[in-house]
Amino acid sequence: MLNKLDAAFSFHETALRVRSQRQELIAGNIANADTPNYKARDIDFKTAMTQAMAAQAQPSKQNISGLDKTATGHMNGMGGGNSYAGPNEPLFRPIIQGSVDGNSVDMDVERNQFVDNGLRYEASINMINGQIKKMLSAIQGQ
Amino acid sequence: MSLFNVFNISGSAMSAQSQRLNAVASNLANADSATSANGTPYKSKQVVFSAVPSNSPAVSGVKVKQVIEDQSPAKVLYDPKHPLADDKGYVTMPNVNVTEEMVNMISASRAYQNNVETMNAAKAMLMKTLTIGQ
Repeated sequence: MLNKLDAAFSFHETALRVRSQRQELIAGNIANADTPNYKARDIDFKTAMTQAMAAQAQPSKQNISGLDKTATGHMNGMGGGNSYAGPNEPLFRPIIQGSVDGNSVDMDVERNQFVDNGLRYEASINMINGQIKKMLSAIQGQ
Repeated sequence: MSLFNVFNISGSAMSAQSQRLNAVASNLANADSATSANGTPYKSKQVVFSAVPSNSPAVSGVKVKQVIEDQSPAKVLYDPKHPLADDKGYVTMPNVNVTEEMVNMISASRAYQNNVETMNAAKAMLMKTLTIGQ
């Protein structure tokens, strides 16, 4: 039963995790806007999300509990929540306007993506909240 | 939790930018210091930023790698009444370029503001996350 609740929320939960990782990457870009030879990085949200969902669908592939297995009888665990280890290597942003110090951070692009990503994060939170409300009303039967 | 790392990253950038602003303040304050503790004119100071790896791979913070002394030639001023003037009447003044420093100052303060806003946005997102299920 709890497993099903978990599955119901897992999509948006994964989305939130990927969004927050992307937010972190963009924050890193903004922080390094003046660092010579720094190249702006980002993840492709669609690819990262697909990977995360695939990792969640096959939790047995990795030891998701984070605990050491010291005996052969120990199990991998079945939860899906923590199986996502992060997207593959982030990509580098194409250079729109180069700069003399070799830095490829375009502040307009970064600010744009930062706000966009933040809003989508909040949208996911709203959707999770909606799902929780739905579940609560189903449980209470009112 | 990735969003907490945003505070570390933006914080490192804010501290680096404030060091840059500090160097600008020192340069502007000493733009006319014809002599210093070692007897030579003040030399303009510049900070060098470098990306440093943070808690999570692929995301970098910033630190000031070193503070260098600007090696551009010193300004020479003709002022025979100046106590430090040489026998031809010229005084060697610091190599501070005031225009460059003003531009540097604006750039540093804008970059600082950007990072403050980044931090605020991350905080707003975390606060919103805390309201899940309420």
